[in-house]
Amino acid sequence: MPRRGVSLSKGARAGIVLISFAAAIGLILFGIFGYLRSSPDVVTATQSTSQPNTVNLVMQVDGAVGVGAHPNWVGYWVQDANGVWHQTTLVKVPVNTNVHVTVYEYDSGGALRNPEWAKVSGVSGGQVNLNGTEDAIVNPNSPGNGIAHTFVIPGLNVTVPLYGVNGSVKNFCQTGPCNLSEAHTTTSFAFFSGSSVHSYHWQCFVPCGLGYLEGNGGPMQSLGNMAGFFEVVK
Amino acid sequence: MAKTMNFPTYSSEEGKKHARNIVAIWFVVAVIADLIVWFVYGPHMPPGTMTDQARGAQFDIKVVSVMAVPVLLFLWTFGFYAVAKFRGGKDRAEGYYIKGNVKTQAAWYIITASLVLFLAGFGTYELVLPAGAGGGEGPSPIWRPSTNKLLQVQVIAQQWRFTYRWPQFGGMETTSINLPINTEIQFNVTSLDVIHDFWAYQLGVKADANPDSNNVAFAKTLETGRFTVRCDELCGIWHGAMFNYGHVVSQSQFLSWAQSMEAQNASVTKLLPKYATTYTPSYLGAGGGYYPAGDPNGTLN
Repeated sequence: MPRRGVSLSKGARAGIVLISFAAAIGLILFGIFGYLRSSPDVVTATQSTSQPNTVNLVMQVDGAVGVGAHPNWVGYWVQDANGVWHQTTLVKVPVNTNVHVTVYEYDSGGALRNPEWAKVSGVSGGQVNLNGTEDAIVNPNSPGNGIAHTFVIPGLNVTVPLYGVNGSVKNFCQTGPCNLSEAHTTTSFAFFSGSSVHSYHWQCFVPCGLGYLEGNGGPMQSLGNMAGFFEVVK
Repeated sequence: MAKTMNFPTYSSEEGKKHARNIVAIWFVVAVIADLIVWFVYGPHMPPGTMTDQARGAQFDIKVVSVMAVPVLLFLWTFGFYAVAKFRGGKDRAEGYYIKGNVKTQAAWYIITASLVLFLAGFGTYELVLPAGAGGGEGPSPIWRPSTNKLLQVQVIAQQWRFTYRWPQFGGMETTSINLPINTEIQFNVTSLDVIHDFWAYQLGVKADANPDSNNVAFAKTLETGRFTVRCDELCGIWHGAMFNYGHVVSQSQFLSWAQSMEAQNASVTKLLPKYATTYTPSYLGAGGGYYPAGDPNGTLN
């Protein structure tokens, strides 16, 4: 009885196996490199010209970052030494250094799920400068404003609530990177980077991943949006 | 012509002699091993001796170990003895032909089954009694400490950090935890979002943190020192970073710390909702305050 189907030579079968293997390896490498290439930029804090042992860091939080795969997600932009904004949450600061941070908040706010995060902690002097006023606590129940996000590095015990923009303003920034002519609040503070080289995770404690489970999915779990690392280096 | 195989067998008397040897070797080794497990390794077994719960858990592990080790050693003893005595030789290429023995098999089944059943009963008994109280007994604990003098500590898990509320100190909330020595603690464990797990390793306390649920665990502090708190339910990107350290300190140190924190936190404590065993935070999906259950809009506070 004749055999059905196509009979392949040994060489052809070996070729198919090799091609399949190469394709599989290629797919894996494509995935790995794609993942690595998609990592947000790392921005190094700028050395202060006026204060010793101090670096400056300028950041903004936008209700919609405006770029990338999820332009509508909330997220951070960080300014480098040349004044260029990078959409990232990966920051490098030196060890044993005062880190002076300025955050422009362009997003609207509301009540906190846990009002504990309204309290400032872990910063120099125990207070932040919010729009020119020193505060140790930011009222999350302020009508129209509330707290938009929080800047928290648990490993350094740094907690800074970021006062929200009133949602009814006319010049509300719709998409990032926002500029200072648009409605914003300004929070300045300084913290000590610690005496050891370490990679500290930082996050927001306002569940701002709208549309995700408990508000803690999406941007809340994405590097470059509301999750990141402070690399404390030598 | 087929080659005949030579399978020598032991006589009954030889078999009994080997059995006696195996049992004798096993008995000596097992007694020594059990003494080492109980007295040398036992005091260092996890989770330590910082609380009554930890000591209870350590005792349970010691009991399980001293019962399991002889079983393991019996298998090893038999194995090594068989390799040494029953292996092949010049006059027996395939080794000895060992036959089954109904009495030995029955004894093995009965002894090991008895051990397993005893441990099942022992474990259940220990779960109900204080040794299991650190595991979280739900909102209506079936076991409670005999004293009413309890320090209440509410553990609030949230993605991705633990905070602690202290109803006996004005309802303040802290990000750190200190406990006084020689004190019965009632942990009220809950969550503001997904399922977490409050695992205070050295305290012998490990209780799930569920939203809208108060999981009660008890422990009495007996030694000062540092303990580690970890989340033990995979809860998202920063699950691995969801840990902190606490300390068991003297009663005066604790009081000093608590009063100092109460004063420092007075302004933020005013913003917190009234103390409740559970909170209902998730009605708004993103943001939104946390409110006592039954008051999802926070209007009754």
